[in-house]
Amino acid sequence: MSNNQTLKPAIENLITVALAGQPNVGKSTVFNLLTGLSQHVGNWPGKTIEQKTGTCHYNGTEVRIVDLPGTYSLTANSLEERIARDYIIRERPDVVVAIVDAAALERNLYLVAELLSLPAPVVLGLNMVDVAEQQGVHIEPHVLEAALRLPVVPMVATKNQGVRELMEAVDRVSHDTAAYAPIRPEIRADHQAVLAQIQQLIAGAVPEPYPEDWVALKLLEGDEEITSMMRERLDEARWQEVHTILMQHEDAILAVAGGRYEWIGRMVRAAVVRPRIGQVTLTDQVDRYATHPFWGLLILLGMLGLVFWLTYTVGAPLQELLDTYLVHAGAEWVRSALHGAPAWLVGLLADGVIGGAGMVITFLPILVIFFAALGLLEDVGYMARAAYVMDRFMHLMGLHGKSFLPLFLGFGCNVPAVMGTRIVDSPRARLLTILVAPLVPCTARMAVLAVLTPIFFGHHAALVSWGLVGLSLVVLAITGVALHELVLGGEHVAFIMELPLYHLPNARTIGLSVWQRSVAFLKKAGSIILVVSVVVWALSVLPGGEIDTSYLAAIGRLLAPLGGLMGLGWQTMVALLTSFVAKENTVATLSVLYSADEDGARLAKVLSGVLTPAAALAFLVVQMLFIPCVATVATIRQETGSWKWTAFSIALLLVISFAVGIAIYQGAMLVGWGM
Amino acid sequence: MSEKRISLNAMAPGKVGVVRHLAGGRGFVSRLAALGFTLGAEVTMVQNFGRGPLIVLVRDTRVALGRGEAAKVLVEATNNEQ
Repeated sequence: MSNNQTLKPAIENLITVALAGQPNVGKSTVFNLLTGLSQHVGNWPGKTIEQKTGTCHYNGTEVRIVDLPGTYSLTANSLEERIARDYIIRERPDVVVAIVDAAALERNLYLVAELLSLPAPVVLGLNMVDVAEQQGVHIEPHVLEAALRLPVVPMVATKNQGVRELMEAVDRVSHDTAAYAPIRPEIRADHQAVLAQIQQLIAGAVPEPYPEDWVALKLLEGDEEITSMMRERLDEARWQEVHTILMQHEDAILAVAGGRYEWIGRMVRAAVVRPRIGQVTLTDQVDRYATHPFWGLLILLGMLGLVFWLTYTVGAPLQELLDTYLVHAGAEWVRSALHGAPAWLVGLLADGVIGGAGMVITFLPILVIFFAALGLLEDVGYMARAAYVMDRFMHLMGLHGKSFLPLFLGFGCNVPAVMGTRIVDSPRARLLTILVAPLVPCTARMAVLAVLTPIFFGHHAALVSWGLVGLSLVVLAITGVALHELVLGGEHVAFIMELPLYHLPNARTIGLSVWQRSVAFLKKAGSIILVVSVVVWALSVLPGGEIDTSYLAAIGRLLAPLGGLMGLGWQTMVALLTSFVAKENTVATLSVLYSADEDGARLAKVLSGVLTPAAALAFLVVQMLFIPCVATVATIRQETGSWKWTAFSIALLLVISFAVGIAIYQGAMLVGWGM
Repeated sequence: MSEKRISLNAMAPGKVGVVRHLAGGRGFVSRLAALGFTLGAEVTMVQNFGRGPLIVLVRDTRVALGRGEAAKVLVEATNNEQ
């Protein structure tokens, strides 16, 4: 091989392949098979959409594979669609591999119809032929190949069948682009004259690298991005001409789409044999219950119950083990190893750095469980059903079903909740979901609640706890409705969603998704968490070494007037501030500040002496609704890609938590309950 | 035939219809088209409880639609049932 490379210029041995396909066609399985652990996960330049690239080697050629976002079409309906088409037009990959689902071939070819009008040769990966056969659909790849005049490779990616042949076809096409002459779709006959007219009007004005005929078609389709591009490019008179034609043919999208499906009909006519008449498939049988308004809800609750059971029985003990044997042991080791070193250095390393890193590490077991559950439900095809079942409830706050699952994950941990919002397809609905997600009480907040409510409320602890959880959810719903007006401008989010066929989960696909999500969390959130942890530690010991006289205490005293409105002293304000690093810190800080030395009974005695019931209730309310931990904030930054929205989220939660806290305290005082 | 045009919302489960009109903006129509809803496409109602979202089968794909969205799809009911 190396000999080969010295003979040929290096560039001949490197080709780029873009992997395109609609959602749920097994595209990521193909990508994983081709690239394995050579994958690099990042974001598309300037976007918060995930970009996956990887390499594989075939026949002495290094093939760089770029996984395009899964999209149903290439009209600028969504960011994903824009990314996919911009990549093909601007970066000109050597080959585009289109993965299609053989069991829904016609709809899948819609994307192929769009790909064919872009300037890159297409190879068709006809995936899931096994599923199609089970459904009674038989496809002749050779006949399809002859009709399309494109290489068509039958595949069963989940069984690693056809991947080699796919690369063979890619290799062939990349070496012989002259032979590539597919049959392309045309617009419906009644609109051909209009299309030609537009193409004539824009001739010469279309910027590189856009193909002229493609731009004309997109104008007729009403594509916003292309329309505004051409409005800038054309002089005013010419644009008016084009605009008039476009206005006269506002429904041209139907002619374009109709033309594509006519083409699809011609292409598949001879190749597909389908004796399917009224077959009841496994998917239909399962869906009879899984999408039922009542049974579907029960099934959903059952599944989620299972996820939580796993979290508590497996995740929580693991978390404790890691905490004891890794974090505490690590801190101890640092203390003994640095015996004699300056106290500030020992503190910085043992409390600041290891505290922060430990926090990241102890997060992992719970995150992995959640990511695995998420990946499994996604891969099996259940996720869409859960969204469907919850849609009617989520509508109440201007969101739709897809926002439910991420929010539910929030009960475990807000981090996967924020990451999970990736399944919400409208960017603004996704932002709204991210903004309300921190209001879901996570396990760490519940743990604080579990320690503090018995101290303050004795026998009524359970009642108060449930009340606080309920209050959080009510606040979440109200915030959702209010933000819906603000963020979405009251805009209705269209609910159109494919319900994919159920299929067996693929361990490799799930494993890789867990791996990538965990690594993304460790890399991006990890560093922010570490920095904040060190900063908060520094604030708590500087300048004198004691927390009572520290800068943190000074900030707490500064906030005392605000606390006063809730009957809270500066110590509780400091406890809230330290809860930013980790929610569990609340209890530890209270213990230190009230010098109770983490002794539960002593803390109980001191606390119940300092705080009136009304103040205690207000404190718990604020604690529930307060800014989430730094891990969540870091994830919000990562997922929104914007410091502005991250700051907005923090400000929003500060206002909400204190407003509700003050309202509760003052309300309790009014009814004379606070004395 | 036009008197037989109904919105998807009014279609009972198991009934089959042919898409005759898609209302709504271009963005909405193009999203529907990409999922298989074009004029002349055959749709089979899979689930419709009279409230909440519904499920239809179009071009071998199960698609869930909100009621607001379904109201914008006008179909001509055929006598076929599945």
